[in-house]
Amino acid sequence: MTQPKIRIRGLKKAFGDKKVLDGIDLDVMPGTGMVVIGGSGSGKSVLIKSIIGLVTPDSGVIEIDGEDVLKASRGRARELRAQIGMLFQNGALFDSLPVWENVTFGLLAQNKIRRSAARDKAIEVLAQVGLADNVAGLSPSELSGGMQKRVALARAIASEPAIMFFDEPTTGLDPIMGAVIDELIVDCVKRLGSTSIAITHDMASAQRIGDRAAMLYEGRVCWSGLADELMTSTDPVVDQFTHGRPHGPIKMALRR
Amino acid sequence: MNFILSFVAAIGALALGTVEFLGELGLFAAMGVSHIFRPPYYPRLIVRSLMEIGFYSLPVVALTALFTGMVLALQSYTGFSRFNAESAIASIVVLSVTRELGPVLAGLMVSGRAGAAMAAELGTMRVTDQIDALSTLSTDPMKYLVAPRLLAGVIAMPLLVCIADILGVMGGFLVSTEKLGFTPGTYLVSTFSHLKTEDVVSGLIKAAVFGFIISLMGCFNGYRSKGGAQGVGAATTSAVVTASILILALDYILTQVLFVK
Repeated sequence: MTQPKIRIRGLKKAFGDKKVLDGIDLDVMPGTGMVVIGGSGSGKSVLIKSIIGLVTPDSGVIEIDGEDVLKASRGRARELRAQIGMLFQNGALFDSLPVWENVTFGLLAQNKIRRSAARDKAIEVLAQVGLADNVAGLSPSELSGGMQKRVALARAIASEPAIMFFDEPTTGLDPIMGAVIDELIVDCVKRLGSTSIAITHDMASAQRIGDRAAMLYEGRVCWSGLADELMTSTDPVVDQFTHGRPHGPIKMALRR
Repeated sequence: MNFILSFVAAIGALALGTVEFLGELGLFAAMGVSHIFRPPYYPRLIVRSLMEIGFYSLPVVALTALFTGMVLALQSYTGFSRFNAESAIASIVVLSVTRELGPVLAGLMVSGRAGAAMAAELGTMRVTDQIDALSTLSTDPMKYLVAPRLLAGVIAMPLLVCIADILGVMGGFLVSTEKLGFTPGTYLVSTFSHLKTEDVVSGLIKAAVFGFIISLMGCFNGYRSKGGAQGVGAATTSAVVTASILILALDYILTQVLFVK
């Protein structure tokens, strides 16, 4: 049986009294795309941040290629996590650097490329996300939201990571640009043969970029299956969430 | 009874909060300093921080020092002329400027300019996930953002204070010779005859410590900021206020250590 690229067992994280993750179990197989859905505050971002190492879980297991990153030495955990590329929700481009330095930042940090060759490399990667070479010298603040997202995607794929995370990749974009970004994500992930995890509220996007899907509810994975089955699932929680029904098992904290 | 319990609980919470804050600040400072000495190094960022803290603060520090020296000469004359002690003005100006006013006023000015800018920049980076993005790109944010600024603060402030010292003395010289009737030669001889190397060196030691404090508080408050624009604003205010208070408190402690024998 193939070993999962990412295997998570019993992952728990609480902030004060609030249990955000309460025993997450999740397998992501190599070369597949997993979409994680769930309401606001359901712990999707905390889950991804725990895998990347930005949040330290209270307990549980996070394995990458069969190795528990939480028990690995700091250096080994850094090595395992170095194969992860991340597209942040708002792009998180460094506004003090031009676009080409943003794109090649990771390569320069890992000494995989010389500074003199970085600009040409950035132009090459920008072309892969449909951006012209004249964008390379611009500042991120001079770009539109869609272009910033493309540059952020270029930065995430520049070091050809084996694992890619996408945090709400289509948020804030119009439907056409959202579809374009999804198409680019699928292209990049397929070309690199990467394993991906995306978190999103956009059901159309979830079905475009995911092979499988998992729904987080009350700190656990309450449903998982094929992404294509999301809209037809008979699970009451998934049904309410995917169709945006105001009434159902998910109770929103509303004050009247 | 409930009132007493609440009062005691509030004092306890304040004490615990203070200890927690100091612990976090101490760890942050230790980590930042340790990253200065461990590779990889970022010379381009150190130069950039030196420009931000040192070069761009030069006009405000220069003007502050110049006018302080001028006012000091004027005020000293007003007071000393009552006792026929005008000849002490030159030494008062040079000692006040090199020992105290140069480092303290430069520190307060740089804190308001560069410390606030640091907190705002790092705070914005925090709330827009740029600091998290650094971590995902194999870069330690403490090493990339904090260490260069701490080092630049320690280097830039003594250089600024050197210039502030010269301009402060020049301010006193201008007022004394142009307005108060001193002859230039007499004023300069009086200035340098009372000035010792330790007066200047102690001021530069204070400047280096203040530079570290300004960078530390700017980075610490910015790095921990949260909650969007309001959080960044609060971090910026806190950086300037805490750095200013620490500069004044440490000035007393350093004066005690350096001069009181």
